Amino acid sequence: MMIMIWGLKWCGGGRAVVTDWWCGGGGLRVESGELWVEEQWDMIRAIRACKTAAEERGVVRKECAAIRAAVSENDHDYRHRNLAKLMFIHMLGYPTHFGQMDCLKSIASAGFPEKRIGYLGLMLLLDERQEVLMLVTNSVKQDLNHSNQYIVGLALCALGNICSAEMARDLAPEVERLLQSRDPNIRKKAALCSVRIVRKVSDLAENFISSAAALLKEKHHGALIAGVQLCTDLCRVSAEALEYFRKKCTEGLVKVLKDVVNSPYAPEYDVAGVTDPFLHIRLLRLLRLLGHGDADASDCMNDILAQVASKTETNKNAGNAILYECVETIMSIEDNSGLRVLAINILGRFLSNRDNNIRYVALNMLMKAIAVDAKAVQRHRVTILECVKDSDASIRKRALELVFLLVNDSNFKPLTKELVDYLEISDQDFKEDLTDKICSIVEKFSMEKIWYIDQMLKVLSEAGNFVKDEVWHALIVVISNASDLHGYTVRSLYKAFQSSSEQESLVRVVVWCIGEYGEMLINNIGMLDREEPITVTESDAVDVLEISMKRHTSDITTRSMSLIALLKLSSRFPSCSKRISDIIIQHKGSFVLELQQRSIEFNSIIAKHQSIRSALVERMPVLDEATYSGRRSGSLPTAASTSTGASPLNLPNGVTKAPAAPLIDLLDLSSDYAPMPSSSGGDFLQDLLGVGLTPISSLSGTNQAPTSGTDVLMDLLSIGTPSFSPIQNDLSTSQTSIQAPLESLSSISSPLSTQVSSHAGAGSMIDLLDGLSPSLSMKTDPTQPDFSGTNGSIYPSIVAFQSNNLKMEFSFSKQHGNPQTTLIDATFTNLSSNVYTDFIFQAAVPKFIQLHLDPATSNTLPASENGSTTQRVRVTNSQHGQKNLAMRIRIAYKVNNKDVLEQGQISNFPPGL
Amino acid sequence: MIQYVLLISRQGKVRLTKWYSPYSQKERTKIIRELSGVILTRGPKLCNFVEWKGYKVVYKRYASLYFCMCIDQDDNELEVLEIIHHFVEILDRYFGSVCELDLIFNFHKAYYILDELLIAGELQESSKKTIARLIAAQDSLVETAKEEAGSLSNIIAQATK
Repeated sequence: MMIMIWGLKWCGGGRAVVTDWWCGGGGLRVESGELWVEEQWDMIRAIRACKTAAEERGVVRKECAAIRAAVSENDHDYRHRNLAKLMFIHMLGYPTHFGQMDCLKSIASAGFPEKRIGYLGLMLLLDERQEVLMLVTNSVKQDLNHSNQYIVGLALCALGNICSAEMARDLAPEVERLLQSRDPNIRKKAALCSVRIVRKVSDLAENFISSAAALLKEKHHGALIAGVQLCTDLCRVSAEALEYFRKKCTEGLVKVLKDVVNSPYAPEYDVAGVTDPFLHIRLLRLLRLLGHGDADASDCMNDILAQVASKTETNKNAGNAILYECVETIMSIEDNSGLRVLAINILGRFLSNRDNNIRYVALNMLMKAIAVDAKAVQRHRVTILECVKDSDASIRKRALELVFLLVNDSNFKPLTKELVDYLEISDQDFKEDLTDKICSIVEKFSMEKIWYIDQMLKVLSEAGNFVKDEVWHALIVVISNASDLHGYTVRSLYKAFQSSSEQESLVRVVVWCIGEYGEMLINNIGMLDREEPITVTESDAVDVLEISMKRHTSDITTRSMSLIALLKLSSRFPSCSKRISDIIIQHKGSFVLELQQRSIEFNSIIAKHQSIRSALVERMPVLDEATYSGRRSGSLPTAASTSTGASPLNLPNGVTKAPAAPLIDLLDLSSDYAPMPSSSGGDFLQDLLGVGLTPISSLSGTNQAPTSGTDVLMDLLSIGTPSFSPIQNDLSTSQTSIQAPLESLSSISSPLSTQVSSHAGAGSMIDLLDGLSPSLSMKTDPTQPDFSGTNGSIYPSIVAFQSNNLKMEFSFSKQHGNPQTTLIDATFTNLSSNVYTDFIFQAAVPKFIQLHLDPATSNTLPASENGSTTQRVRVTNSQHGQKNLAMRIRIAYKVNNKDVLEQGQISNFPPGL
Repeated sequence: MIQYVLLISRQGKVRLTKWYSPYSQKERTKIIRELSGVILTRGPKLCNFVEWKGYKVVYKRYASLYFCMCIDQDDNELEVLEIIHHFVEILDRYFGSVCELDLIFNFHKAYYILDELLIAGELQESSKKTIARLIAAQDSLVETAKEEAGSLSNIIAQATK
């Protein structure tokens, strides 16, 4: 049976490098007659015979039960047998913590076999983070002082592999003493054990310096290798050690290296014709640390480095490993141009090697060399570019990173072209990395907008599904700013869409541009010299939007953008108006709330409001590049940080924006827009595009975010302030959906009340939304100015807020038949001698109150009480008669272009409001 | 520094694991699962290095076994390949043309050999002969102890007869 398993399991036909690796043979050789080994074999056989995982679990469970029983009976005779079984079970991934104490007991017993298996179990079953480990400290200490060298060796090995910082401190003196042991095998183990100790507790380094220096004179290779390693680690953690070794040992080390390099054939250490490559490499590494930043030490090692670099055998891996290390050393030590040339040449040879391993390390090393000699690396640019196209993912990744470092002002165009061309044929899983790098190169180096737009179009058409959102956001901002390229861009996009309509982010940009510049597409406006005129009809353009609307792969962002684009086209393409409204109406029943709502709203705009539609859907104002990039880098644009402390609330709300602002707000129907305070570019474009799409899931994700931040960011979206309470800590979805119509209402109605002179206009606008939430019509009635002021003020005015610089007074009035609603006229007076500009008043109220802010009469406050600004605030207290009004306010303005923020709480409202 | 050593069979079974940095059991299982997915699917002609979560994994296939060592970013990959080969040659010498089954049934021996080769994730001995001698000496210590125990129990058995 054994032989059968053998044959079955040993069927790998791969390259056998060790000679005679596979020599046909019988069963297992039983080297020892140890009974426990055979029992262990029985278990392994039983486990291997299992055909299913369940069966295996059964066997393991049975074995574990037996071992537990033995543990609880404290069975000495079977302890090591059980431990060996446990280790195997552990290797299969089953829990074995119950065996930990047995390891400790086994270590504490007197015999070598028990100790050997005990230490093995300790290293396998435990790691430095388990507290049980502390219990073994004493046993280890005794074993370190044992007379038997093999027992000392076991203890050192365990200590070196798993000791914790506490153990390292406790046992460091013992290890230090063993560094001077008579047996070289103990010395080498002690040296590596010290390596671990020094890594764990770096302040112990000083104690090891002199014994480590002594190890550098070893003749025994093992001890010498370990000693060199210890010195290397000491140099890394302690400047004192570095200085000491640099002064005392550099010459000695150079001599040791010389001896090894020139040593005659030594069969014991020979690897492919090189004597002890491991020692070579460690010596070179230590010399690197010593030579770095020290001209004298570097001088001292020049000759031997030149010898290693020029004489080492290069047709075997061992020799190349030494050369690789040597090149790295030459690159880090102080400048010697001759050596550097030698090193760069070696890298060139490596790079053209057929062995993938060698090419990989060459690329790796060139990354480091670029800091030293960028020109020399540039010479290999063509070869490196070839490596980007390699079939090996590891090499591609390395090469791509290297190319990214190689790009500069003079070569970015050809390099980008190469990479973009390669994008077409690259593997799917490499496209993400590749597009990422191309986009950063293009963004970083592009000088002309047309080049930028062209390159991005290529990337989006090839790998639009792999680019990050910021990339296409940035592209839209650039397009919006390049007014002379609008026509060219929209036409190129249209063409790209015909061939690559499956690339999501390309589709989004296409949809946006057609919505904005659709007529340029049809009429070939703004032709560039290099362009061929194309014939696109209005219905072709609508086709694009319809396709992206209906394609099942389009996500909600794309669909919403398409809806908006359709609305925009409806006024520009009168001939397609009917068709567009048909497409929009199809989404009235969409399961996605956002789409459904928009489709209803847009439909009413098309059907009922011909007169204002063209004004509503005008082209977007040019997006501000500086603002956008500022947002991207995380800082906020107009009002960065304020004197009273940084806050995310100083965004300009609609009031301070240019005349275009109401338009944006109009389009901005974002209902359940949940801003994510930390995200950057995304929300910016989204609120400009009016795609307030952040789904409800992300709403709950922002619950931890400061709600006041959320409030004010919501303010941004409309001129009116939605009545979000500052104390509310949970934006439940139901609440949001209740408030949604109200907000969209406020964002539509308030600019209208200022813009549209006739009341009928405003009224009809409100009609529009009547269908959405009838209950609101009652609350919104008061917006009609007819009612305001019909009721005299029966409440005393108050000074709601006063600081050294600013006074805010509130006067109150009520309306007939609506005791819940109070109209507040806020009057702001500037008490200082400077003019305030960009004045913004913001307010927040508790949950039971609803709040509406009208635009202020002005956003500047003249100095020294020479006039005032007023702002109408309407509050509806749903618990009228039970609770008083309360309000938190925040006033932001600029004095001499410096931002000032004032905030406070108003609790002195007259009772009964 | 070598962070860990893994021996994985072509079927994805773990034959030996040695961790020189602390990883919880959960992390270990995750690493083994993900890494074997990456390494076992790589083609034969590709380079022997995989970049892995800020580390590099150097692996080499010997018949049906993959020997993997995870190292720091700035370690010498080519040297680690040599260390792997060094380990394989020592195993081969010890078991007399080693095969996967040797490592399954005598997994503890494989660990003993690895412990003579590496400590604290660093190479300890570059001479195969020295390692073979040290292992043999310790094996014979175990033998002697067993024989003594055996003869002792024989004497007891004789006496109580």
